Amino acid sequence: MNRAVTHDGEAAVAARGPGHVASRPISATVSDRSEPLADNPDIFKVRGLNVHYGEFHAVKGVSMAIRQNEITALIGPSGCGKSTVLRCFNRMNDLIEIARVSGSIEYHGVDLYGRDVDPVQVRRHIGMVFQKPNPFPKSIYDNVAFGPKIAGFDGNLDQLVEESLTRAALWDEVKDKLNGSAYALSGGQQQRLCIARAIATSPDVVLMDEPASSLDPIATLRIEELMQDLKEDYSIVIVTHNMQQAARVSDRTAFFTVDTEQTGQRTGVLVEYDVTSRIFTNPREQRTEDYITGRFG
Amino acid sequence: MGARIERVDTAAVVRGSLQGRRFNPGGLAFEASLLLMLLVSLAVLVTLLADIIGGAIPVFRDRGLDFVTSGITLDSDTAGVWTGLLGSVAITLVVAVVAFPMGIGAAIYLEEYAPGNSMTRFIQTNIRNLAGVPSIVYGLLGLAVFVRLVDLIGLGGSGSTAGRNVVSAGITLAVLVLPIVIITASEALRAVPDAIREAGFGVGATRWEVVRHHVLPAAAPGVLTGTVLALARAFGETAPLLVIGVATGFFSAGSASVFDRLTGTYTALPVVVLSWSRQADPAFKEHLAPAAILVLLVVLFVANAAAITLRNKYDRDW
Repeated sequence: MNRAVTHDGEAAVAARGPGHVASRPISATVSDRSEPLADNPDIFKVRGLNVHYGEFHAVKGVSMAIRQNEITALIGPSGCGKSTVLRCFNRMNDLIEIARVSGSIEYHGVDLYGRDVDPVQVRRHIGMVFQKPNPFPKSIYDNVAFGPKIAGFDGNLDQLVEESLTRAALWDEVKDKLNGSAYALSGGQQQRLCIARAIATSPDVVLMDEPASSLDPIATLRIEELMQDLKEDYSIVIVTHNMQQAARVSDRTAFFTVDTEQTGQRTGVLVEYDVTSRIFTNPREQRTEDYITGRFG
Repeated sequence: MGARIERVDTAAVVRGSLQGRRFNPGGLAFEASLLLMLLVSLAVLVTLLADIIGGAIPVFRDRGLDFVTSGITLDSDTAGVWTGLLGSVAITLVVAVVAFPMGIGAAIYLEEYAPGNSMTRFIQTNIRNLAGVPSIVYGLLGLAVFVRLVDLIGLGGSGSTAGRNVVSAGITLAVLVLPIVIITASEALRAVPDAIREAGFGVGATRWEVVRHHVLPAAAPGVLTGTVLALARAFGETAPLLVIGVATGFFSAGSASVFDRLTGTYTALPVVVLSWSRQADPAFKEHLAPAAILVLLVVLFVANAAAITLRNKYDRDW
């Protein structure tokens, strides 16, 4: 089963870009990292992932392994398919009727796209935070309590809501207005509420699709601190436009870009996937270097 | 080096174009004609209303609410709209019971469950077409199907009018307003942003849980507004009722039981208006009919006001 990815650090599985250098074991080459990454086990193994939207080939041949208790950042220009890949991890693409996913994503060894896998169950284990804060038009309490309730949680719901909000660094700001509308919160607070909502179901992985792109720098900073705190218990995959953010928060970074084929069709491909510090200081691929140094074009 | 740059006095150009506003006869004439169209349509409405109120005033002046609470008689001094009002309310209740669940259910299926293929689009287009079918056609359908159906299942009462009662009338009008309910409910559901649905699915909700807990509550004001308006439409509808045999004669419903009222002969407010406007006694035509129209208008006005209030109260900016 482990033919594409091995556990000892060969996580940097490549895209099929022309002239791509075969990946090397990270542990052997990384010397510029201040503290070595713990050798965490893989949680997702992506092999040959292709996503089509109707005739449009959105993502081509992505293979990568995502590790437990790490923050993995997916970066790249608009249209490179990074959000599409993220949405494959919790089968959110199922909701788009014309989307077709091929290849495989193994989650704890189970093929997420297997025949007998219920996407609803997948999403209970793999939570999601969206680009624009999208609280339910309900009270703060109900926003957090909804997920556990439908999952059949029969413990102390009040306590769970408090814990989730505390974990999302929002409790002190909202504890006196739990029954107030979630829409009365600021954008940054709403996004933290969405994080609280995502972790209330005790997921294993939290997917974040540009969670700070609509927030101001202070709210962004809070979310980033929160992510560092959360990775103790969760594995986080984050899509971001903001390279500084990826550099600040993530342990590993995958750089995607857009390949324009001869037919003019544009397809997202994974160019390089490695430990974040290497991607930003010593990328192997010219295209990665061009992008992170701002010479992308 | 060579080319001399011509210097433009920007300030002078701006001043020149801002000053000296010119008279524009074409624009003015256009505006005036638009205003005229508005005034003409308003004038028609006002004339109509004035005519009705003018005719109705003597009735309400002389008899007050007695006109509303009296039943139908042949005597123009004592005839009232109570029977018609009761019939219309009963029919509207049947419409609500039948059209709400069916219409909202159909809308939920179309918007939330149906695959976005050509079949769904075909169905949606034809629901819109159905909304434009003349109401008399629904009357024929009601006569051919619902009157018999109601009689078959034992709700038809007895005698030559068997099956011709508020139940069959309500079902017929429910089918008539069903496309309107479906269309307005669909629009309300579609207005709920997908972000809400994604949020629900994101925490592991099933489609039904997302619809039940998030989409429906968010769409409820719009759905309600649409259905209230659909009910108002049913309340004022006449033609199908004539086809399916509404009684325009005079009957007493005073001592009848609820079941008898439901299964027996009935009349409706718009039909009362029609009947009175055809009476030989000029008092019916000139005063009682306008007074009944006024009662009808007040009911519709209240329904519309309720719909608007509902919408304004719960309307949300996404």
